[in-house]
Amino acid sequence: MPRITITVDGITYQEDVEPRLLLVHLLRDRLGKTGTPIGCDTGNCGACTVMLDGVSVKSCSVLAVQSDESDVVTIEGLARGNEWHPMQKAFHEEHALQCGYCTPGMIMAAIDLLRDDPDPSEETVREGLEGNLCRCTGYCNIVRAVRRGAREMSQRSAGERAEQEVPTP
Amino acid sequence: MSEQLDAGMIAEQIAESDQLSRPTDAREIGRARRRKEDARLVTGRTTWTDNIQLPGMLYVAFLRSPMAHARITRVDTSAARTRPGVVAVYSGQDFADEQGSLPCAWPVTEDIVIPDHPPMAVNEVRYAGEAVACVVATDRYKAADALEAIEVDYEPLEAVVDMTEALTEGSPKVHESGNKAFTWKFAGGDIDAAFRDAPVVIDRTYVQQRLIPSAMEPRAVVATTDGETFTLYSATQIPHVLRVMLALTTGIPEHRLRVIAPDVGGGFGSKLQVTAEEVLGLLITRRLGKPVKWTESRSEGNLTVHHGRDQLQRISIAAERDGRIRGVRVDLLADMGAYLMLVTPGIPILGAFMYNGIYKMDAYDFTCTGVFTTKMPTDAYRGAGRPEATFAIERAVDELAHELGIDPIEVRRRNWITHEEFPYTTICGLTYDSGNYEAATDKALALFGYDKLRAEQADRRDRRDPVQLGIGVSTFTEMCGLAPSRVLGSLSYGAGGWEHSSVRMLPTGKVEVITGTSPHGQGHETAWSQIVADTLGVPFDDVSVLHGDTSISHKGMDTYGSRSLVVGGIAVLQACEKVKDKARQLAAHMLEASADDIEFAGGSFNVRGTGSGKTIQELALATFAAHDLPDGFEPGLDADATFDPDNFSFPHGTHLCAIEVDTETGESKIRSYVAVDDVGSVVNPLIVEGQVHGGIAQGIAQALFEEAVYDSEGNMLTTTMADYLIPSASDLPDFTTDRTETPATSNPLGVKGVGEAGTIASTPAVVNAIVDALRPYGVHDVRMPCTPERVWRTVAEAGETAWAGPPSAGDTTAWVGPTAAGDTTAWVGPTAAEGTESEGGDR
Repeated sequence: MPRITITVDGITYQEDVEPRLLLVHLLRDRLGKTGTPIGCDTGNCGACTVMLDGVSVKSCSVLAVQSDESDVVTIEGLARGNEWHPMQKAFHEEHALQCGYCTPGMIMAAIDLLRDDPDPSEETVREGLEGNLCRCTGYCNIVRAVRRGAREMSQRSAGERAEQEVPTP
Repeated sequence: MSEQLDAGMIAEQIAESDQLSRPTDAREIGRARRRKEDARLVTGRTTWTDNIQLPGMLYVAFLRSPMAHARITRVDTSAARTRPGVVAVYSGQDFADEQGSLPCAWPVTEDIVIPDHPPMAVNEVRYAGEAVACVVATDRYKAADALEAIEVDYEPLEAVVDMTEALTEGSPKVHESGNKAFTWKFAGGDIDAAFRDAPVVIDRTYVQQRLIPSAMEPRAVVATTDGETFTLYSATQIPHVLRVMLALTTGIPEHRLRVIAPDVGGGFGSKLQVTAEEVLGLLITRRLGKPVKWTESRSEGNLTVHHGRDQLQRISIAAERDGRIRGVRVDLLADMGAYLMLVTPGIPILGAFMYNGIYKMDAYDFTCTGVFTTKMPTDAYRGAGRPEATFAIERAVDELAHELGIDPIEVRRRNWITHEEFPYTTICGLTYDSGNYEAATDKALALFGYDKLRAEQADRRDRRDPVQLGIGVSTFTEMCGLAPSRVLGSLSYGAGGWEHSSVRMLPTGKVEVITGTSPHGQGHETAWSQIVADTLGVPFDDVSVLHGDTSISHKGMDTYGSRSLVVGGIAVLQACEKVKDKARQLAAHMLEASADDIEFAGGSFNVRGTGSGKTIQELALATFAAHDLPDGFEPGLDADATFDPDNFSFPHGTHLCAIEVDTETGESKIRSYVAVDDVGSVVNPLIVEGQVHGGIAQGIAQALFEEAVYDSEGNMLTTTMADYLIPSASDLPDFTTDRTETPATSNPLGVKGVGEAGTIASTPAVVNAIVDALRPYGVHDVRMPCTPERVWRTVAEAGETAWAGPPSAGDTTAWVGPTAAGDTTAWVGPTAAEGTESEGGDR
């Protein structure tokens, strides 16, 4: 059985995995990362989206062995301590979730789509989230949340840059 | 030296430690509160059933029938038993003596046929996906592997997937008794008089395609026992009803069975069920003495989560030349699938009361035949019967408008119940307590820009633009808030419709609310907290709401049919009122005043005209200490309440859709969607808006995208989310939603319920818009889902004929086919066959 090394939300694990084990099952059943749910078995719904080396992937469509030597961030690793990520906050503020089952994947996909366009239009958001299905919200509030989260993220990163630029006394 | 325990001193200490918070002045009810539930949901700290891991847990996987209809002649599980990690393998035969029959709790007629429905098939399978055997193994992969080693011999029997065919003589029988489950009739007024010499008769048949509810969370079950007591975790909407039903089905005594619905990832009716997997989970844990888990895959779910809709509706309207409706006649075939599940037969019956819509009329006649086919059973799906009814009447009223050359909005105005006429008892015998259809419609028209869009439509028609603009309207009402129990009883429903709540003040002044409702995305924790905060005068954050665990919330009727706020929320309010009454007594005692002189404001009980008072938190602590209570006063500020309203509630609204239809490609694009809903008084506008948005999306999905498709052999062709098209963000527009508020008079909060409104209204609005776009091509209907291919084909078949004007009334006056005696075998008109064998995959 292959042994892989994988870092998940900042902790490094060594795991023996069957070659067919899906990344999502490794996360959920072995590492206790149950924040990432499974909504389908065909890669269509996006509920299981996580960041793999900084890029969003559907973890039901990645084998655990493929994630050897990689860095995974799940919804549980997104907040800084008790401070939510701006996108998490934005989903809450805009009432962009109801049952919440699609929410972890939706937040991950939303953050990823901002890499290409930090200030996306409504249309860009709708297209960017095409691979993530929600059955509760009708998407209106999700779209609003992603755009709000985007604004807050650019403010935050501008703030962080400014902080870094402040010369140390 | 130890100090004597003193309530006042404790209160001071707690106040110092900032535990005893003070109420805010702002009213909570009506406020757009962000949800409490979100914290765990956006951070991934949820308790979905599949997240639960118990020591020594085993995994169950089901072997499912690949055939729609077959006799099982042999099941050999011996090879599977030897596979690695396998603990046990069972066939239906292994559980034949103890698995019982899955319950149907709504026998709508006395002569209804309710076939035996074993959780695992024993002798015969009647739909593809029916469980035949199962493996219990140490992990989910090993369980799935071992399924392949089970040998089953089937003797194929003929499938029957089409309802009209199922009712034809000589058709393959789904059950020995035949394919008719029941015929249910309902009438008001003199229908023959209404149709006799009617100047105009509209006679149409509509297909309500079969839908898969597709909650994002697949079903999951965890069952465990300590030998004496049993615990079942299930992704269910109905933990309370489920416990009763499972106790009756499995023989596990009710008091030793605890059902827990943890975080549940959506339901839409699909988790309003007693499923085979829940029953078998308990039976397996009883045999093995180990915890077991089963989690559905999506493809398994598409086959075996009960489906929705699937009706063939024939609707006929008799009307005057000025558009006034005389009467409506409905003859319905409802596909039950292979068995009757929990409320399968009741779904079309719920719709029976809504085919008259918001209109006044002299007569109404309804007949429904429940038909068995070799498909997955149908049951509740968002709106349950009412979307189907609203679709038929709203489509038919549009046809009436077209026939008469009157604007569809105007035809509605000429028929609807006016604001002054409420309360109004309809021809169906329901009393609509309040409503204002004019206000909702006027507001919707203004937001929509109706006249401007009509002008653009005329221009496009003049230019023969290949992209036509269609405008669709849907006005609706629904009966929700199920209760009243005695009315449900008169409809043979197997349970009541009351709801229960307990409210308890904790010693530190915080409040725990126990509710019998079982939310799965509706935000009860937030909305109930708002009700409690206002009623008891405590801070919103000081309230927590407990639900979904029968050992905590010991009685309830759960969450479905938009009943939670209308029934359950009122129970919370009433329990709070009882707590307040008790607190008032104690305040009077402590303040040495008469209870009549105590005023309650902002969480404080004050003696009128004096400065002295006690906060409700101080009183809660005083009852904990119990040092100085009135004679006979039971310590604790807590109370139970059960509410059973004396009427349904009747939300209503007007939805408008503008759609661009490319007649060359068949593609439809919603240009704008406006919804003005009246759900009575509003507790949380944010939640209301969210529910409306989601409902609209699901209704649009039926109109444009979704259909569960079986081939003629009964094989399902839409088993995955790649084949069954749930709309994504890019398929839908932004919705414009607004409200009018006409409070309900049947409950003290004036609330009406909102969960189903969007779904009910949107499907006919969209299809009316598509047909409106295509009228110049002589098109009068497009079957749902209105996929590009189907629209393109409809236009191509109609030909490039110019606008022909209203057809002559003579064509449609004759009512053909069965109207009495329930002889639906002579059904005439389009069958459901079109589309059931193909066309699953275009978007």
